[in-house]
Amino acid sequence: MTTMSSAEPTRRDFLYIATGTVAAVGAAAVAWPLISQMNPDASTIAAGAPIEVDLGPIAEGQVIKVFWRSKPIFISHRSKKEIDEAKSVNVASLPDPQPDSARVKEGHDQWLVVIGICTHLGCIPIAHQGNYDGWFCPCHGSQYDSSGRIRQGPAPANLVVPPYAFLSDTKIRIG
Amino acid sequence: MSGPSTYQPQNAFLKWFEARLPIIGLVHSSFVAYPTPKNLNYWWTFGGILSFMLGVQIITGIILVMHYTPETTMAFDSVERMMRDVNYGWLLRYLHSNGASMFFVAVYIHMFRGLYYGSYKEPREVLWILGVIIYLLMMATGFLGYTLPWGQMSFWGATVITNFFSAIPIVGESVVTWLWGGYAVGNPTLQRFFSLHYLLPFVIVGVVVLHVWALHVVGQGNPTGVEPKSGQDTVPFTPYATVKDSFMMVVFCIVFAWFVFYVPNYLGHADNYIPANPGVTPPHIVPEWYYLPFYGILRSIPNKLAGVIAMFSSILILVFLPWLDTSKVKSASYRPLYRVFFWIFVAACLGLGYLGSQPPEGGFVIAARILTAYYFIHFIIITPLIGLIETPKPLPNSISESVLKSSGAVAAVLAALVGAAALLMTPSAARAQEGAPEVPIPPRNSWSFAGPFGKFDQQQLQRGFKVYKEVCSTCHGLKFLSFRNLADPGGPGLYCRAGRGDRGRLQGSGRAERPGRDVRARRPRRRLFSAADDMEERGAGAPALQWRRAARHVRARQGAHL
Repeated sequence: MTTMSSAEPTRRDFLYIATGTVAAVGAAAVAWPLISQMNPDASTIAAGAPIEVDLGPIAEGQVIKVFWRSKPIFISHRSKKEIDEAKSVNVASLPDPQPDSARVKEGHDQWLVVIGICTHLGCIPIAHQGNYDGWFCPCHGSQYDSSGRIRQGPAPANLVVPPYAFLSDTKIRIG
Repeated sequence: MSGPSTYQPQNAFLKWFEARLPIIGLVHSSFVAYPTPKNLNYWWTFGGILSFMLGVQIITGIILVMHYTPETTMAFDSVERMMRDVNYGWLLRYLHSNGASMFFVAVYIHMFRGLYYGSYKEPREVLWILGVIIYLLMMATGFLGYTLPWGQMSFWGATVITNFFSAIPIVGESVVTWLWGGYAVGNPTLQRFFSLHYLLPFVIVGVVVLHVWALHVVGQGNPTGVEPKSGQDTVPFTPYATVKDSFMMVVFCIVFAWFVFYVPNYLGHADNYIPANPGVTPPHIVPEWYYLPFYGILRSIPNKLAGVIAMFSSILILVFLPWLDTSKVKSASYRPLYRVFFWIFVAACLGLGYLGSQPPEGGFVIAARILTAYYFIHFIIITPLIGLIETPKPLPNSISESVLKSSGAVAAVLAALVGAAALLMTPSAARAQEGAPEVPIPPRNSWSFAGPFGKFDQQQLQRGFKVYKEVCSTCHGLKFLSFRNLADPGGPGLYCRAGRGDRGRLQGSGRAERPGRDVRARRPRRRLFSAADDMEERGAGAPALQWRRAARHVRARQGAHL
């Protein structure tokens, strides 16, 4: 770069480095808006507000689908058999070990609320299919049990439980 | 692009121009006087075909954008409108969608040509790597473009592919949200994909220029793998290579045209004619055929992160091929052992492609794992090993020598090909004659709009539209209706005629008492015969005519939805 060959760092060297640093910081500062604009915009974030769902009309054994933050949420009214199956599994043998009690709210064992997106590559699993009384993903064959836990197939994790709370016995707020 | 030009303009203006911008000389030395090995076979014509296809895709693409709307609620309809109402819109869209497939057909032939004849070897490593970059860009462009019609396959293809990035540890989820511009694939995703789909072809053009530049610096390879040694080994690019390329381009266009005009949807998926539905994943989603081998690799690995890494490595490994191949002999024609493994590798790729199209169950998964392992073993173990243990056949001293020796063999191969073609033609011609009476021949109508110079009967169309506005539009939007197909047997033409009979009743007071009608359709019409003023509102309220029929099929297919 410079024609001067000196073993000692000179003032000019300092100026070069300082200029280069300012240029790099400037480039990063300019690049940030270009990158950040691709993140969800204000209206998308605003539309992701919590929603309330009335559980009253959901019959036992039925699975309904609601949308929250444009993601499908499965709300499953589990039968006694399904609850027992979910509880009787040896947790240690699961690919993503999690007891059923960690996936439902205490005292509301019959209600399973999960985000209906396969943790593999984002497809929507089909309810009441597969070998485990739960969900089957048509894309790559992942199977989930009646607690939404991964049992078989390429998905790495259980169906995600969204943040939600019971407002009353028949009403939940998701988000 | 290789050294100073030998171009000597005669014309005074051209002399003046050449002294200021030597662009004609550049073209002349690159595509006219450029020396090409004289033994190039037809596998070498696919580079030219690829440039041609890139041009076709850019031209048809730019035209499609004139009719396309990149917005989730309108994208699907705008494509349908393009297919049905825009003049030659169907042709342009089919050219573009089948053009993508033909582009990949050509690029795969081009790549396997390179693998067979050792085109990646010294001194063509950079040329090869630029080719891999072009291929990656092509894959990205193809994927982005497939998203744009916003059908079911578009939507779920986009979801699955963008979810590859969620496999990245820790930041994966944020990266995917950033790619989507939302919490799921949606309108922001479509808009940015559209923008990038428009951009990338021009990036490809840029890299193609580098590719051709690099080619013209090191010179073309040839089937013997022996570099040209004297002027006797080469011929000028024009007319020799130009004519050979053009001939093959015409043959290629015949195949292309066959797809466009006879089986335009053969390579696509019927599911993509269902509008995108974020709530229902189609029962069996597969990518376009040209990604299938990589999809097969992805699915064969039971771990998400490992699967994604394997898929990307299967392409990136090509970058390292020039250094993985230890043999100094370029052409597989002189490598008896490598040639066998080359064809096994081709079969493995085709096998992976087949397995990628099959559901991920039982035997298919095991077979896909074996072939995936073989794919990598071919590059990492077999290719370096063969170079060390193989005894290549003696190479010819020059291209000229090999050409003189093999002319007899070529004649024999040609004769065999002609014989085989004749054999294939005979039974099919006989079959066509036998089968002729069984095929019902539809009656020939003399449409006013038939043929290249046909015209629509403007008054007839306007009368028909008036009837629609008066009668049919009470319940049905035109969203999925083709103006071109109004007269089809069983089509909405009958529907409208039936409706015209009780037109008085429709307009009278009795109308409000009709049961079970959507309330939005009952509102009084303000301006009866004006242009398509409130068409959109109606389209939103009531199902379009053709859509009602289609919906039944869709419902039958998706019977299991929640």
